[in-house]
Amino acid sequence: MVLRAKPDEPVAGDHFDDRSMETIMGRLLQVGVLLASLVMLVGGVLYAKAHHRGIPDYREFKSEPQDLRHIGGVIRGVAAGDPGAIIQLAVLLLIATPVARVVFALIAFGIERDKLYIGVSAVVLAMLLFGLIQSQ
Amino acid sequence: MSLLTFTALLFLGSLLAGLLGALTGLGGGVVLVPLLTLGFHVDIRYAIGVSLVSVIATSSGAAAAYVREGYSSVRIGMFLEVATTVGAILGAFLATVVHTQALAIIFGVVLIYSAYLSWQQARNPAPELKKGSPWSGKLRLSGDYPGPDGSRFKYEVENIPGGFGLMFVAGTLSGLLGIGSGAVKVLAMDRIMKVPFKVSTTTSNFMIGVTAAASAGIYLHRGLIAPGLAFPVMLGVLSGSLLGARYLVRAHVSVLRAVFTIVILALGVEMIVNGVTKWF
Repeated sequence: MVLRAKPDEPVAGDHFDDRSMETIMGRLLQVGVLLASLVMLVGGVLYAKAHHRGIPDYREFKSEPQDLRHIGGVIRGVAAGDPGAIIQLAVLLLIATPVARVVFALIAFGIERDKLYIGVSAVVLAMLLFGLIQSQ
Repeated sequence: MSLLTFTALLFLGSLLAGLLGALTGLGGGVVLVPLLTLGFHVDIRYAIGVSLVSVIATSSGAAAAYVREGYSSVRIGMFLEVATTVGAILGAFLATVVHTQALAIIFGVVLIYSAYLSWQQARNPAPELKKGSPWSGKLRLSGDYPGPDGSRFKYEVENIPGGFGLMFVAGTLSGLLGIGSGAVKVLAMDRIMKVPFKVSTTTSNFMIGVTAAASAGIYLHRGLIAPGLAFPVMLGVLSGSLLGARYLVRAHVSVLRAVFTIVILALGVEMIVNGVTKWF
């Protein structure tokens, strides 16, 4: 997908530098948040419909159902039309947004052949994936 | 309270938290966690989980506006994110062993200190740095930003280990308390590394999202992100902060800012008092 901002803004390929990298990254983050918000809205409306008789209680911590705590379970739940799972999918999309930004930076530093920052981005990406793999 | 009333109130409260966060420059999380725990009697661990999610949303949502200004430095951000993400993972693990009332007390202290920091940072700009550390160039942390007449101001940075260390602390606080800890990030860049203020604040915004994403996965796995809280809170905080950034920051808000800083100080004190009385 080409994330073209405005015609007058520099685009990858023409003259690639840190500034164009940041412009594309900004768009990437916006698209991610927009997508997550839309999914969140759909899930939220369905959730409110399904649970409107219930009385919410978050005073004491009781863990969320096991299925809603890892990626596979969330995807199965979405397929089954579970509103809670759709909301968790939005949360996963949101977490994926900054991760996508780091992946993009890694590629961009690769294009610039900046070995130091390829390494730095790879370490940050590894930390993010470590946090996510904990959720498997 | 029925679910619909609860959800509607939560949405409105989160909208206000997002507005306040944008207006004081402290971010939505620092207002949100006290609101959820003190106002809605939500367990602080749930509040922290859902706050992390909103922190990612506000940071990413504001990104395009910050990029357009042309101040942020992708290299300084990425370099220091090594420290903040490691810290965030440590913070998320620490959250399991710290007593919930102790969490409330730590939150209150950090809240008050952040309010003080952001107040001070806005009032006394750091003196400009003439010559940075030789590592500033070697690590490619030196950069430039646009001046009002279109010319570019060059800058260098100093005390890189100090800034890196404080970023680790900022990351730990973010993972432990579910906040963006933007005030501490700006402290590390602006005061310690002598990165120009505008570059510090915009770069900090990007770092907040990446830092929060490092610990949010761990919170999700622990079952600390409740769907019933996540949707009104995330949508509320995001709308509030976007509204705040668009309409309020432009106006003359120094009086409002002062009032809200006092509100935030009061919330911090309330968190501490509440934590202490419930614990002992």
